Amino acid sequence: MSALNIKKGSTSHSAYELRDPNTPVIESHTLAVVVDNESGVLARVIGLFSGRGYNIESLTVAETDHASHRSRITIVTTGTPQVIEHIKSLLERMVPVHEVHDLTVEGPSVQRELALLKVAGHGEARIEALRLAEIFRANVVDSTLESFVFEMTGTPVKIDAFADLMRPLGLIEIARTGVAALSRGA
Amino acid sequence: MARQMTGAEMVVQALKDQGVEVVFGYPGGAVLPIYDAIFQQNDIRHILVRHEQGAIHMAEGYARSTGKVGVALVTSGPGATNAVTGLTDALLDSIPLVVLSGQVPTFMIGTDGFQEADTVGITRPCTKHNWLVKDTAKLSEVMHQAFHVAKSGRPGPVLVDIPKDVQFATADYTEMPAARTAHYQPRTTGDTAQIARMVEMMETAERPLFYTGGGVINSGPRASQLLREFVAETGFPITSTLMGLGSYPASGQNWLGMLGMHGLYEANLSMHGCDLMLNIGARFDDRITGRIPDFSPKSKKVHVDIDPSSINKVIRTDVGIIGDVAEVLAEALRQWRARGSKVNKEGLAKWWAQINEWRAVKCLTYKNSTTVIKPQYALERLEALTKGMDRYITTEVGQHQMWAAQFLGFEDPNRWMTSGGLGTMGYGLPASIGVQIAHPKSLVINVAGEASWLMNMQEMGTAMQFRTPVKQFILNNERLGMVRQWQELLHGERYSQSWSESLPDFVKLAEAFGCKGIQCTDPKDLDDAIMQMLRYDGPVIFDCRVEKHENCFPMIPSGKPHNEMLLGDADTQGVIGAKGAVLV
Repeated sequence: MSALNIKKGSTSHSAYELRDPNTPVIESHTLAVVVDNESGVLARVIGLFSGRGYNIESLTVAETDHASHRSRITIVTTGTPQVIEHIKSLLERMVPVHEVHDLTVEGPSVQRELALLKVAGHGEARIEALRLAEIFRANVVDSTLESFVFEMTGTPVKIDAFADLMRPLGLIEIARTGVAALSRGA
Repeated sequence: MARQMTGAEMVVQALKDQGVEVVFGYPGGAVLPIYDAIFQQNDIRHILVRHEQGAIHMAEGYARSTGKVGVALVTSGPGATNAVTGLTDALLDSIPLVVLSGQVPTFMIGTDGFQEADTVGITRPCTKHNWLVKDTAKLSEVMHQAFHVAKSGRPGPVLVDIPKDVQFATADYTEMPAARTAHYQPRTTGDTAQIARMVEMMETAERPLFYTGGGVINSGPRASQLLREFVAETGFPITSTLMGLGSYPASGQNWLGMLGMHGLYEANLSMHGCDLMLNIGARFDDRITGRIPDFSPKSKKVHVDIDPSSINKVIRTDVGIIGDVAEVLAEALRQWRARGSKVNKEGLAKWWAQINEWRAVKCLTYKNSTTVIKPQYALERLEALTKGMDRYITTEVGQHQMWAAQFLGFEDPNRWMTSGGLGTMGYGLPASIGVQIAHPKSLVINVAGEASWLMNMQEMGTAMQFRTPVKQFILNNERLGMVRQWQELLHGERYSQSWSESLPDFVKLAEAFGCKGIQCTDPKDLDDAIMQMLRYDGPVIFDCRVEKHENCFPMIPSGKPHNEMLLGDADTQGVIGAKGAVLV
């Protein structure tokens, strides 16, 4: 399941837990975790997932508050509702963790990922790649006579779609950052 | 004016400020400055162990029997890796520990230096939190934070890794009140609305049951006191996990005995049949639940736990209350009394009638013998001859541990130290020494199996050196009894590697250590032998030769629900299917 294909009505926009906890439905959730930027904190968070056999679909991290040395980790994870709840409470009890937000449940959010795609080709394929890049609003950030490097931001689904189109046109390498996300509104 | 001192002095000062009286440890190159600082003071007593695993288990025994934080000090590399089993044990049983480890100097970290190990990396999954302190200026604050984290919320082990140059360097000491602990403050007061729901459910329940665990003990003596009051006022039956024994007295009227895989018939059937389960500080461990889909199918479940991640982890609960057991029970009792202390008398009377029928089965009955000592008989006699004494019991892990839980009665909390979650063979001997250090005048007995006991027997040296008169009561069946039992039930009686060959002569071993050895082989001599052990002023190794093929019953076979428990040997044919055999 891709990151944005979230079942609507999971619990969002409700003060109550409306999901049936016993359904084995696998859901995808985007978690924002604010942590102290101390050594080992990322290993601690990742170890929680690997140690208990939970999934990480994508993970991004950087220090977002230099004054108080706080980092924001954005994790896209999948699991049954029970597993997602367990992951959140396990994150919350960690000593360097300050806040855990489930952006999938807490309301509408924006999610973006940055990708760099290297496409090599000649003639018609090369022109087609450039034309599609324009439609997807991907920028050319490097160019040789045989290749382009495109830069694009968007939802993971959009990047998947662009990558699928580029594949027959000579996609040879792709780098993705993983999802960064914020809740909408103030 | 801040006090200037070296990192090593800071360690000792912080321990003193935190009220630490005893440190269990073993020196080595990377902790020499701290040992130098320990040498130059008299406030903190150092117990020199024989192996670092022993140090951690001693600290666990000390902590569990006092309610204080246990402290251990080990060197870098092998010192730290030897501590890993004990740390994991303390994590699973929620025992508050502060473990200090030495580390190679900061400028050598990452060079594969002598006795270097990635200690914070290795111990990250087996501690509640850990720190590598690279700057002496931060050391004293981290020390205070370590104690705060170890004992706050759900208690657990923490580790502070201190490079040798950090121990030598000088900086300002951060006094205890100045240490920043504000952001780690787990919630301790339960939600009053949720507690009200629990109390309402208690008023109408027809078949209620208290299911209590180690959280009651960790919450402190007040929690046990409140629990006793609540049980007395409601008249509800009560059972407990292995970790919770003693929070309600074994002699109490409403006591059903321990529940779980080797729990009592009446306790497990009550769990299966109840309509309201009040889980107070237990965690629905797999030794308790059996087959999850069949676990207590007709009950509403209330779960009180200080750790939010325990709630709904395994079993879906109807009411989850996050908080400290004592605080939640105090509020619940207040509401209960304010509402007029009502119960469903008719339902409760029927429920007790049913429970008394189950009790009448007398599930702990065993076939005694006049020629060979049955392990159950040995524990019955130990119980009878030590009853009413100021007594602490530790155990190793296996059949003897389950028999001890079944046949010994615990009247008070903090009197029973056993490795529950991790099931660490080799826990009991060092734990008994830790308990005896904390309670020098009390009777401390380690109920052991010979195989478990051998795992950390080097600690008899520690017992001798520090004059701890611990009694090692070894039920010697020359077998890994629990493994043998499972092989009999699950693996076609193919007893692969589950016997103890070439055992030492335990009496001579005792003499070699300089303590007393007693061997008993005849049930007629047992009482005298036990009395001899109790009267001896010093450590005793008691080699109690017992029946070699005794199985531990009752037993819920793995993969089965509570109502399909086995009561004795006749029940055991073909009981565990292929699915159950996969489980442990």
